[in-house]
Amino acid sequence: MYAQMVDTGVGKVLDVAEMTAEERAFQDRIDADVKVEPKDWMPEAYRRTLIRQIQQHAHSEIVGMLPEGNWITRAPSLQRKATLMAKVQDEGGHGLYLYCAAETLGVSRDAMIADLHAGKVKYSSIFNYPTLTWADIGTIGWLVDGAAIMNQIPLCRCSFGPYARAMIRVCKEESFHQRQGYDIMLALCRGTPEQKAMAQDALNRWWWPSLMMFGPPDAASVHSAQSARWKIKLLSNDELRQRFVDQTVPQADYLGLKMPDDKLAWNAERGHYDFGDIDWQEFHEVVRGNGPCNRDRMQTRIRAWEDGAWVREAALAHADKKAARQRQAA
Amino acid sequence: MSSEWPLWEIFIRSQHGLAHKHVGSLHAPDAEMAVRNARDVYTRRNEGVSIWVARSADIHASSPGDKEALFEPANDKVYRHPTFFPMPEEVKHI
Repeated sequence: MYAQMVDTGVGKVLDVAEMTAEERAFQDRIDADVKVEPKDWMPEAYRRTLIRQIQQHAHSEIVGMLPEGNWITRAPSLQRKATLMAKVQDEGGHGLYLYCAAETLGVSRDAMIADLHAGKVKYSSIFNYPTLTWADIGTIGWLVDGAAIMNQIPLCRCSFGPYARAMIRVCKEESFHQRQGYDIMLALCRGTPEQKAMAQDALNRWWWPSLMMFGPPDAASVHSAQSARWKIKLLSNDELRQRFVDQTVPQADYLGLKMPDDKLAWNAERGHYDFGDIDWQEFHEVVRGNGPCNRDRMQTRIRAWEDGAWVREAALAHADKKAARQRQAA
Repeated sequence: MSSEWPLWEIFIRSQHGLAHKHVGSLHAPDAEMAVRNARDVYTRRNEGVSIWVARSADIHASSPGDKEALFEPANDKVYRHPTFFPMPEEVKHI
């Protein structure tokens, strides 16, 4: 998802017999739905996994501002432009909530940003695709934010208090994002044949990458079992993906658009939509850094960080100077 | 790496006359910028009418290890709650 393939650093799920007394007490509290707070004792692997997961999630919010920011100056009306700016600003806010949640685990924000820039930590694969037309902005809100909500609602109940609280704030704001996206799609699909074709083209390009957001199939997800045990992953990749397909297909039908999948069909027996095979090779290539926009996204982030360095330094120097003056006056 | 802006804890009072409530934290070079940043990060949708900021380093918290010593004594003092004293049906307004 926004945090795909998070490494738990453990080969297999620990057996109760293999746990220390502290680890057992910790697991008992999680099983009883007691939230873990930053100063509580926690296994090192739990702390490290959460730092990785929250950090990946935060980076995704921040990098996710780039594909949409691309269209702010070219939004088709003042209202659309104001809406898109508000949405992109929200994403920045979501990144900040999440960085702060990760910081309660003892890692600094600068260190996390350095890890992102060094390529040591990933962000969601979805943000490595280009936004070619205005319809892409509609499709991102509808599908990408829709998929994000699907993943983030269960995380509001996750075991780590600061992460769960950040997710509650994020989810409250996220449904505006999804609706503004669908509203753009509605306008295009009710417009000229060219506008509707533009909407269909964007859907064709974003559908499969959106399904990849949920991560590899359960059978190939080695770290999911431990994360589920710790309640920092509450539903499996395949469960979430199926829910997303079931929810989204009727929305496409309403728009009069067709998913780019010949195998997509309602399965009355299962009570779910069947869908075609996902190209996991493409997914792994994008995660490895070889998607259409990986290099561009990282360059843009690093440039923004470096160009902003003098502002951060000047603000700190100004604060120091003011504090020194106050001390002198006292 | 240059030094990082300090961390501030943010408290917001919502519109309904409730007390300031902790909403999260953020980085800022000084108190004035912390208030400005808090306005952008935590009140984009009319969440509040007042902002408090405090340096995270200045907050002293109880430790999880002291939980029993601090809070357990209250457990056996149920008589501090009004429900401890059953009132006869006939007695009103009490």
